[in-house]
Amino acid sequence: MQKTLLRYIWTHTRPQQVFILLIVALSMIPYFLAFDLPKQIINGPIQGQGFEDLSTTQNFLDFSISIPFVDYSFGFDGFPLDRMQTLVALSSVFLLLVIINGAFKYYINTYKGRLGERLLRRIRFELVDRVLRFPPRHAKSLNGAEIASMIKDEVEPFGGFTGDAFVQPALLGGQALAALFFIILQNFWLGMVAAFMVAIQVIIIPKMRRRLIELGRQRQITARRLAGKVNEVVEGLGTIHAYDTSNFERADVASRLGEIYRIRYDLYQWKFLVKFLNNFLSQVTPFLFYLIGGYLTLRGTLDVGQLVAVINAYKDLPGPLKELIDWDQARQDVQVKYEQVFENFEVEDLINPAIHTLTPASEQPRSDTLQAVSVSLNDDSGAKVVDHVNLKIDRGQTVALVDHTGRGAEAMAEAFGRLSWPSSGRICLGDQDIRELPESITGRHISYVSTDSYFFHGSLKDNLLYGLKHAPVKRYEYDGKEMRQRIWEIREAKKAGNPHLDIRAGWVDYSYAALGNGAKEDLQKSLLAALDAVQLTDDVLELALHSTINPEEDPKFASQVVEMRQALRTRMNELGMESLVIPFEPDKYNSQATVAENLLFGATLAPLTPDNELLSSEHFYTALNKVGLQRPFVDMGRTVATNLVEIFGGLPADHPFFRQITTLSAEDISYYQSLLQRKNEPRPVNFRLSGADKAFIRLTLEYIEPRYRLGILTTELQDKIVGSRELFYTELPAHLRELVERYDPDKYVSVATLRENIIFGKLSNSNADGIIELRTLAGSVSRELGFANQLLKAGLDYDIGAGGRRLTPIQRRKLNLARALIRRSDYYVFNKPLPGLERHTQEEIVQNVLAFLGQQENDPAVIWVLSNISLSRLFDKVVMFDGGAILEEGSYETLEQESGTFKALVA
Amino acid sequence: MLLCDEVQLLRKLPYFAEVDTCKLKLLAFASERVTFKAGQRLFTQGDAGDSAYFILSGSVEFLVSTPDGPVKVSERGPNSIVGDISLLCDGPRSSTVQAAGVVEALKINKDYLFRIMDDCPGMTMKMTRAIAERLRLTSSELDQVRALQKA
Repeated sequence: MQKTLLRYIWTHTRPQQVFILLIVALSMIPYFLAFDLPKQIINGPIQGQGFEDLSTTQNFLDFSISIPFVDYSFGFDGFPLDRMQTLVALSSVFLLLVIINGAFKYYINTYKGRLGERLLRRIRFELVDRVLRFPPRHAKSLNGAEIASMIKDEVEPFGGFTGDAFVQPALLGGQALAALFFIILQNFWLGMVAAFMVAIQVIIIPKMRRRLIELGRQRQITARRLAGKVNEVVEGLGTIHAYDTSNFERADVASRLGEIYRIRYDLYQWKFLVKFLNNFLSQVTPFLFYLIGGYLTLRGTLDVGQLVAVINAYKDLPGPLKELIDWDQARQDVQVKYEQVFENFEVEDLINPAIHTLTPASEQPRSDTLQAVSVSLNDDSGAKVVDHVNLKIDRGQTVALVDHTGRGAEAMAEAFGRLSWPSSGRICLGDQDIRELPESITGRHISYVSTDSYFFHGSLKDNLLYGLKHAPVKRYEYDGKEMRQRIWEIREAKKAGNPHLDIRAGWVDYSYAALGNGAKEDLQKSLLAALDAVQLTDDVLELALHSTINPEEDPKFASQVVEMRQALRTRMNELGMESLVIPFEPDKYNSQATVAENLLFGATLAPLTPDNELLSSEHFYTALNKVGLQRPFVDMGRTVATNLVEIFGGLPADHPFFRQITTLSAEDISYYQSLLQRKNEPRPVNFRLSGADKAFIRLTLEYIEPRYRLGILTTELQDKIVGSRELFYTELPAHLRELVERYDPDKYVSVATLRENIIFGKLSNSNADGIIELRTLAGSVSRELGFANQLLKAGLDYDIGAGGRRLTPIQRRKLNLARALIRRSDYYVFNKPLPGLERHTQEEIVQNVLAFLGQQENDPAVIWVLSNISLSRLFDKVVMFDGGAILEEGSYETLEQESGTFKALVA
Repeated sequence: MLLCDEVQLLRKLPYFAEVDTCKLKLLAFASERVTFKAGQRLFTQGDAGDSAYFILSGSVEFLVSTPDGPVKVSERGPNSIVGDISLLCDGPRSSTVQAAGVVEALKINKDYLFRIMDDCPGMTMKMTRAIAERLRLTSSELDQVRALQKA
């Protein structure tokens, strides 16, 4: 990158700058013509100059040009027009010039804007490109938010400046010089006075701005740090609350804001001081003219006409001069920003762009042995963690690295994963240093997984397939309008120095899938197998079951869900297990469902809280009255309230028993208590229900007999509720009906989760192991139907949130591992990938992974840094590090017999 | 069976004899009603215990695993509480309990039980006495078994 922004702009936009300069020069012609025209109109047709006689005509548009030396002249005699016609003609020309000037202005502005935006795009891309090429050590000390604020905000003004970078000084400088020249022509000495004052302005003002620049720099740095701090607060919210340090953070942010305020206020003071001085200097010049010019005139050395001419000419000088000084300020401002950004991105040891060259899928040469040759590694503090280690790993080998003391094994794995660069020695793939090999080889031949994982915002599937997106492999087919748009995109990308790789193309390279040989089905197979290996399949299914889908978007899947629902019911009937689930049936009361569910016979989008639209509507209660359930519900609610008040009354609000009734809090209980104590509630007019009665009805709606066991839901009442279903629904006005999605055994319920849709009923409490039995049964039915895969697919669409935060830490670990297993590599480096997992699960997963990789055709090698040393028996070879050097090396059995240290560690 | 019936049954237990009806109702309300079919396990020996079961109807068998497979050691019928020991001393279940026929039970959560105990000081005493009584029975049985073995 160039040292100054002006140079950067010049390098990238030279031809365009010259072009726009020429256009600006060209635009000056109609501009000055338009200046002269009003005078002509007033003097000519209006005041009558040259039209002394009524019949006089003047030639319009007459001109003659003679070319010197060749003695050739050509011309046009013009149209003879009378006074009125001339007025119309000249005014039309004026209008024409206005339009032409406007058009020029429009063109110039858009051109400049486009120039600026392209440069902005270029510089932003270049910065991100540099981030992608930062060496690993540097990357560790970065604050993402600060970098983001630089790329997003701090470079923004560069775009606006680009258009004016060269045009403005050329134009304004020209104008100022012309004005100065004109003054000098009028009177040499007064001209010199003006020139002297200009010189003072041009020299002093920028000097004073130096402080402004310094303040600007400080402002920029503090603002960027603030962005970093805010990011930290957001990321560390959990920690802040856990340690009650929110006030410490408040103090920190407040003091930063104070600092920013101080700088900005200082900046204002200086800015307006400079402005004041600038204005003063421009006003002093006329003062000098009056004084010196007046003196000279009085002395008789200058005539009045000249003095007036000088003062008139001076009018044109301050304008351009001021703008020129403003331009200079803008230049310094962006220059400071540029330097600031530049400093942060000008890093030594940037990764050579050649290493990142896009290499499409091709037959990659079978890579050879991976070996460390006399490798030493330093940690960030500079301490040596690996000391001249030689280690060779052959294809097909499984090697366990373990640490006795120190963290040599981990550091070694990091070096294999190119996460840290050796301070001496080298790591070779075949006989080439992996740092010199392009990433298209190292990044595909070696898969590295560590404790740290990063996930990108998107679905589970996007993240699982992330490791296969090396290069676009399948073109996106464009047609018609899209094609034109795409051509435009490519052209613009080229003009701004951006790559024009198509993000819409298929990037997932099936040929790199772990299993099979490049067909799409193989990818799916690899994906499922990898999920199984890390024991994530159940989690994914669970995510799917917990999600809701829009049946209109995927009608096929929705109908499969209904099929699954019916198949499950049939199977339960066949096995005599129909009592597991009490289904929703149009003509039966579901004893495990709430009264509300039974009455509405449908699901509501929002839970039935007091402020639910349905319950807060008067129509709801009117409809209840129509079907004759209002009174029974009020009475029933009163009994429930009496019981609940008896049970929960007097308990402190934080009592764990309140967890049993999720819909009610201690406040609600005391509210009901007060309702029950009230006597003779005044009844509202026109048969409306009182607030108290509505509250009782709400309690009734939540009632589930087997849960509350108050024995108040009689069979008659149940029958009445079932019988009123249809009528009640039709009594509701249309806008309330929309809030309820009615159950239909043959239809998908869009507001319910997949699980609720499949079960389509309530689990009965007649079997304590019901859930487990149902799960096993549903599992086998769904596998037979092939529905399990569909469900898995739905689970894979789960949005994992920023950084995968919607997954549990354990799920993230597993996902991290699965992401590497899906891609076919020759070397898998696992650096303690499963911390925090139970020992037992850990062992199972290690076994699964080794088995999974063992069945791959390309015979990969596995390097696994173990935290649980006893697992090393699963590997061909064990390498034990001690204080950064290899202590023992050999098969598990040999080490166990021969090495005392190892034996002690395993035991 | 209704909530008030459960309360009546709970009251018959020596543990809860002195607890307010109101508190017992709370405990019953907070407890889940579960049904076991014949052969289903309420809990398995060695598992961590987080709840006790109050048998409302049916009877349960206590099984202890031996090298020759599980051996039935005792049986208990309605209105008895099972699994209470491991609640109090945080240990694993000392035996497997399975339903002999259809069993209806109230699953009493450990945390809730402790809360009730906190609120009723008399209950702790009752409970200690009940457990001591059981310990006395157990040790006298053990002595008899030992004596038989020696003989």
